[in-house]
Amino acid sequence: MGKTTTSAALAMGLAQRGHRTAVIDFDVGLRNLDLIMGCERRVVYDFVNVINGEANINQALIRDKRCDALYVLPASQTRDKEALTKDGVGRVLEELGKTFDYIVCDSPAGIEHGAHMAMYYADDAVVVTNPEVSSVRDSDRMLGILSSKSRRAERNEAPIREYLLLTRYAPERVAKGEMLSVNDVREILSLDLLGVIPESKAVLNASNSGVPVILDTESDAGQAYHDAVGRYLGEDLPHRFLEIKKKGFFSRLMGG
Amino acid sequence: MTSHPTAGADSPKPAFELKAATFTLPVIRLLGIDMDAVADQLGVKVDQAPDFFRNTPVVIDLSGLPPGAGQIEFPLLVGLMRGFGMIPVGIRGGTEEQHAAAEAMELAILGDAFVRRTPPREAASQPDPRPAPRPAASPASAVAEEGVHASQRLVTRPVRSGQRVYAPGGDLSVVAPVSHGAELMADGNIHVYGPLRGRAMAGMKGDISARIFCQDLQAELLSVAGHYRISENIPDEVKGVPVQIFLDGDVLRVEKL
Repeated sequence: MGKTTTSAALAMGLAQRGHRTAVIDFDVGLRNLDLIMGCERRVVYDFVNVINGEANINQALIRDKRCDALYVLPASQTRDKEALTKDGVGRVLEELGKTFDYIVCDSPAGIEHGAHMAMYYADDAVVVTNPEVSSVRDSDRMLGILSSKSRRAERNEAPIREYLLLTRYAPERVAKGEMLSVNDVREILSLDLLGVIPESKAVLNASNSGVPVILDTESDAGQAYHDAVGRYLGEDLPHRFLEIKKKGFFSRLMGG
Repeated sequence: MTSHPTAGADSPKPAFELKAATFTLPVIRLLGIDMDAVADQLGVKVDQAPDFFRNTPVVIDLSGLPPGAGQIEFPLLVGLMRGFGMIPVGIRGGTEEQHAAAEAMELAILGDAFVRRTPPREAASQPDPRPAPRPAASPASAVAEEGVHASQRLVTRPVRSGQRVYAPGGDLSVVAPVSHGAELMADGNIHVYGPLRGRAMAGMKGDISARIFCQDLQAELLSVAGHYRISENIPDEVKGVPVQIFLDGDVLRVEKL
């Protein structure tokens, strides 16, 4: 789906622009964020340790080696998602909120406890969806939960700001009718798009090498994430990579 | 090129005149909310004078109900009266909540000025007959206002997959898209000013006159008073266009607007 890739990219993008950013892995039991951020060998304490008071927040945060403003709070691989309590998560977020400009919560898949914890305290939500009917339907359900089960909803405050990010978009397959188009998705979810990330080998390469794809400024996916961060911060940027790429002679020779 | 038309020559003959007229209508004054008792008594009356009630507009008077009598089952009452050949046209008296329920049944709310007030026969012995129709004006006004809002619901945000919205005792209006897998329910009508892709169920409490109106029909299921149609049985020519859905006898009709 691309949630963790997106969390890593957005967090890195925000940090690169000078905002102090923390990114938290809520996928307890299936942790991946540390791999994608390339810090898996530096994990000592994790999110659950902090919630249980076994470590303080500064011991658990891992500073990114590429960007001083970015910190990672990894998930525990040995616990299950019930270890995240509403109070505990609230305490950690409040603590982080004192020193960080942005806190990116990487939600696990599904609509169960882990996802609920990740969105409960949110101010903004980025819903990551793929251009497939089932994925869009799930995102719609998630948007419904965001508007009814968050702390903001319970307290009758202004609703969570919703953003939509479309990943794994392949214009060639859209043209063949194998995928939903940007406009289809926009119409079904009646939300505007924060970004459209093209299907790209760069994403896989980045995940495997532990470098957030946004750092790969040559790749279309990296540039698309860069644009998405800009839009999130209020810049008005046109969407790129929505059309089928015409391969020139040279790029054909070089294998694209 | 042409001269100014003279007033009389080109202007068409007026199609109608607006006038006021007074009618004397029979009033059924409810003294309780037990519809079975009403049915029994009505049956006897109609047997006595069947012609008198045939196609006769009738007003339902709620001012004789004891305070706090509860919600009247208008769908039942209206159905009952129609069954006896009467045409219930409106109500008078009663609480805001009852008004809302009556409006959901497309009954007119007749103002107090329309008819003279008479104290209930039983209450005639009371020394100070209180103004019957609108009980406890000032202290209850806040509550009454809430009652109006509670009986008709307006939704302005998209109704997402997995969400259910119910408007008890009244109409539901949605000014946003309704997604696949979302559910709209109302005791009265349902209005959707956006694509309707989920399910819509009007007349949840059996009101067969309830309707569904929508701008762009792509629904998974439509139902009025329990009569339903699934997407497969909705003809293609009414999909994606503004339609209304209503019960015609036992048939659920989907008609272009």
